[in-house]
Amino acid sequence: MSRLSIVTQNSAQKTVEELYKDLERRIIASQPGLCPVDLAASFLHICHSQSCGKCTPCRVGLGRLEDLIQMVLNGNADESTVDLIDETAETIFLTADCAIGQEAARMVLKGVRGFRDDYLEHIRHGRCRGLQNQPVPCVFQCPAGVDIPGYISLIHEGRYADAVRLIRKDNPFPSVCGLICEHPCEVRCRRTMVDDAINIRGLKRFACEHEGTPKPFEKAEPTGKKVSIIGGGPSGLSAAFYLSLMGHEVTVYEQRKRPGGMLRYGIPAYRLPREVLDNEIAFLQQTGFRIVTGVSIGKDIPIAELRAGCDALYISIGAHTDRKIGIEGEDAEGVVSAVELLRAIGDDEMPDYTGLDIVVIGGGNVAMDVARSAIRLGARSVKIAYRRRRKDMTALPEEVEGAIADGCEVLEMEAPVRIETTDGHVSAMILQPQLAGPIKGGRPATVPASQPEDRIPCDRVLVAIGQGIDSRKFGEYGIPIERGKIEAFDWSGVSGSEGIFAGGDCVTGPATVIRAIAAGKVAAANIDSYLGFNHEITSDVELPRIRFDDHEPRGRINMKERPADERKHDFNLMECGMTEEEARCESGRCLHCDHFGYGIFKGGRIAKW
Amino acid sequence: MVTVTIDGRTVKVPERTTILDAARAAGIRIPTLCYWRDLNEIGACRVCVVEVEGYERLFTACNNTVDEGMVIHTNSAKALAGRRTNVQLILSEHNTSCTTCVRSGNCSLQNIARDLNILDNPYPMHLPKKKPETDFPLIRDNQKCIKCMRCVQVCEKVQKTGIWDVINTGAQTSVDVTKVYSLETSDCALCGQCITHCPTGALRERDDTAKVLRALHDKDVMTVFQIAPSVRAGWGEMFGMAPEKATVKRLAAALRTIGADYVFDSDFSADLTIMEESAELLERLQHRDTESFPLFTSCCPGWVRYCKGHFPQFVSQISTSKSPQQMFGAMIKSYFAEKIGTDPSKICSISVMPCLAKKAECALPTMKDENGNADVDIVLTTREVSRLIRMCHIVPDDLPEEEMDAPLGIGSGAGNIFGASGGVMEAALRTAYVKVTGKKPDLDHTFLAVRGMKGWKEAEYDLAGTKLKVAVVSGLGNAHDLLTALEKKEVSYDFVEVMACPGGCVGGGGQPIHDGTEMAPLRAPALYEQDRAMSLRMSHENPAIQTCYEEYLGKPLSPLAEKLLHTDQHGWFMPGEDVVK
Repeated sequence: MSRLSIVTQNSAQKTVEELYKDLERRIIASQPGLCPVDLAASFLHICHSQSCGKCTPCRVGLGRLEDLIQMVLNGNADESTVDLIDETAETIFLTADCAIGQEAARMVLKGVRGFRDDYLEHIRHGRCRGLQNQPVPCVFQCPAGVDIPGYISLIHEGRYADAVRLIRKDNPFPSVCGLICEHPCEVRCRRTMVDDAINIRGLKRFACEHEGTPKPFEKAEPTGKKVSIIGGGPSGLSAAFYLSLMGHEVTVYEQRKRPGGMLRYGIPAYRLPREVLDNEIAFLQQTGFRIVTGVSIGKDIPIAELRAGCDALYISIGAHTDRKIGIEGEDAEGVVSAVELLRAIGDDEMPDYTGLDIVVIGGGNVAMDVARSAIRLGARSVKIAYRRRRKDMTALPEEVEGAIADGCEVLEMEAPVRIETTDGHVSAMILQPQLAGPIKGGRPATVPASQPEDRIPCDRVLVAIGQGIDSRKFGEYGIPIERGKIEAFDWSGVSGSEGIFAGGDCVTGPATVIRAIAAGKVAAANIDSYLGFNHEITSDVELPRIRFDDHEPRGRINMKERPADERKHDFNLMECGMTEEEARCESGRCLHCDHFGYGIFKGGRIAKW
Repeated sequence: MVTVTIDGRTVKVPERTTILDAARAAGIRIPTLCYWRDLNEIGACRVCVVEVEGYERLFTACNNTVDEGMVIHTNSAKALAGRRTNVQLILSEHNTSCTTCVRSGNCSLQNIARDLNILDNPYPMHLPKKKPETDFPLIRDNQKCIKCMRCVQVCEKVQKTGIWDVINTGAQTSVDVTKVYSLETSDCALCGQCITHCPTGALRERDDTAKVLRALHDKDVMTVFQIAPSVRAGWGEMFGMAPEKATVKRLAAALRTIGADYVFDSDFSADLTIMEESAELLERLQHRDTESFPLFTSCCPGWVRYCKGHFPQFVSQISTSKSPQQMFGAMIKSYFAEKIGTDPSKICSISVMPCLAKKAECALPTMKDENGNADVDIVLTTREVSRLIRMCHIVPDDLPEEEMDAPLGIGSGAGNIFGASGGVMEAALRTAYVKVTGKKPDLDHTFLAVRGMKGWKEAEYDLAGTKLKVAVVSGLGNAHDLLTALEKKEVSYDFVEVMACPGGCVGGGGQPIHDGTEMAPLRAPALYEQDRAMSLRMSHENPAIQTCYEEYLGKPLSPLAEKLLHTDQHGWFMPGEDVVK
């Protein structure tokens, strides 16, 4: 027998490794509304099968915990069983020799404490509290509830105009979203169980690029009702579009030079070309609403006056003010907020960063936007300083990767301490190296490491640590404000303010475009009801026959980007769209949860709202 | 049109035809289990799976459509194995005590298992523990539920009552009431549509045949039966008899054979209902400015339950007239008891109804006389009465017809059509027309607009200058739509007939079950045929009715009529009714 040998995987182990991957994907694609107690039992079963069998608490204890949970599920338990589960799990956690037992027990404890009511509901009534009412994961995950399987089937048939028309039933910004939506729809895509999520955003973009001239929507008879909207961003314009379709007379007040809100003044053109945005807004305006630009409500026109002149008011002012870091030197010349920089770019007032060294503070998508814009403005170097690890950044991973490819450098685990100045102008950024600490809210907190500060000489500091809401005037008018945010119900009504609705970033704080659009849609529906109508927004697009497919695993088609050394010199669109061949392949991957599965029974399609 | 080949036969069918229908067009019947056309096309049981060339996986025929050139095999090894295995899996969670099941012999699961020659099952049995409650008129046995979801669909889509829903997920998935924890505390209307749409014995009515047998065998008890109009359109089905053969007179003969003392016809009390309800309507019409309209009919206890549970704001507009069943019961225990000189407490009043809600109605606290004698003691559904006849090994086909007993056995054609949607309205209109205009309407043409299977019918009549706008709805979903429209003031009527079951009592939840077929349109014509063949076709012309008013009640809405024939619709509560919506 040889003294040492190279460890090789046998075929069983190899298969198990594959199954781990299958299970991982399956868990990612778990639909909402599942019985948490049943899931707890299943997870525990996996944990137990991981036990090496040496120690009592893990080998035996996890099995007894399984028995107890199964008793709850089978209706053989009483309320004391829940306490016994808690005590047993606690003991296993305290006495298990290694993490296999400890962590299994910790999961059970989390569950028995986190959804104790579900345990009790099973014991008392043999059922769960939840109901699975949203069987189509993508539609459920999309805040605007866009009919994703519907438009994907249309794309597959080559009916691109119909596909976009169907999207517009729920989301009036398909082209914008095709380029920059954070695509929450893909997160729980059931196709993940087979191989990988459908590239939904890519398909949407493809359809929009091949739509041709869109057919205008049919408008309802004029109602004679007037609606004013404050803020011409995605939320305000969405509400304006649907309210106009419903026959109301809508005027949008926008304080900047052009409409679009953060789409224009927050998102750089290399991600969202201006002509795409302008075309989209122009199409929406065909419904006949007015946009008044350069008017600030609360300043140029008092809120009370505006309210008095309309039947309903929608506040969608977004979150456009910058936040301060609160460090020394922040007021120096050369310290620029992300909002300020992106707003200038939005108005085509491009600062010249040629040959400058830039430090960006922040780890969100906006930080990436300003970093990558700085590169395009000619910066010599761009360093992104972030107090946590790169993987903890809130920016989408592809945005971070893209920024690095563009030539930005990420300085992770570095907290800003102060800004050094020379003659009142930025000269360097001082950063304190950090140490990763205990996990809090899913991300590790950081503590200063016992290392000396780093000094990064630079000409500009771009601060991208979040935005605030300019809600003071609305508070003075009597709109309830909570920590700067306008307080509104989930149906967009504002408490105590008859006929006033609010939504989008000014209610949620800085969030995604699609959430703002969804808020506009919700507001439109409820304003219409408030005005005494029940107009229905529907689509005249007939969907194709459902395709058969064997669902053989195949690769997801991702979008390519222009080469970094080319794209970093201009503000032209960076991402390349799908080819027709790619779109056909990718749309063919859709599993059609609207037809196959629970969707055909309940909740598969919401044809109107 | 697309051309497809199924089991070697080529057919041309319109685009979007399901595989199931395309196969049918080719003369091939693919077995189904959970499927019910237009109601439940969800492919839950996976029994109708077929092989489509070019695909490895099997597809359900019931809800997938054919495409040009498709080659389909319904009996390939793969399809057959898939179908058989899925039935075996269903059987592993089904209480297969078929010999003691109410649906034995009329069970779709039994049929399919037999057809697929399933002689054993390799899978261990797993039955849910929960035992059914057996006191309520509607009983759910989850050990027999195969989760086909038809009950959920008919309850939600057709009836819009949403009592049944899917609860839990994974292996724990089940069908049960939602919002509350038991059927008894739910606002179930007891229409029984879930039963007639159930493929197995998971849903059934409370069987009261034993109570009836006890009464029949008790020498001290006088049994008095009444037979609802729609029963004659359905009772023979369980014996394979055509409606012409399965007459009410032959049913009377069968009931007498098993010991019934008197057999009456609810057509009589339908006529009585018309007398009272039309008087109430005409009375209300005279006070148009103070009364709320429309007036709703009260014949259907499923509707009354629904209205109380879902739209309590309309309860005051339901006619105070008792339903024909209860009117009859009240007359049996008063007028008739006096007439034959019998103590009403010795009478067992039994009604044969197409309905489960009637079982709940007869037990209401408001449906008794001052001595506590219930108007009606026992209600048998059409199915139960057929089972009772079968139990007593009577072959009704062999029996000669026998006349109904007098005097409460005479009914008019107007009473007879009560069993179909629009019948109550038409019967009322016939009488009202005569009363107001003094002329006789053309009984085969004047009121055609209120006949038929349409869920929501409306018509306007000019009765000597009095405009009468009426509506007829059947199916609680249509009732929901009508009440919602009334609430929004989108419609307005003077008089509205509501029947809980689609098509009226001929489609009642207590009628014989034929999987996959809505029976109401097939049964209703018999009632109209019978009406047409009768010489007595208007309620007020019924001599038995005239006598009974002359001898006993005086006139419609008299104090005695109010006491016996009317009720306080607010006199009892549906679960949740006291909580004003």
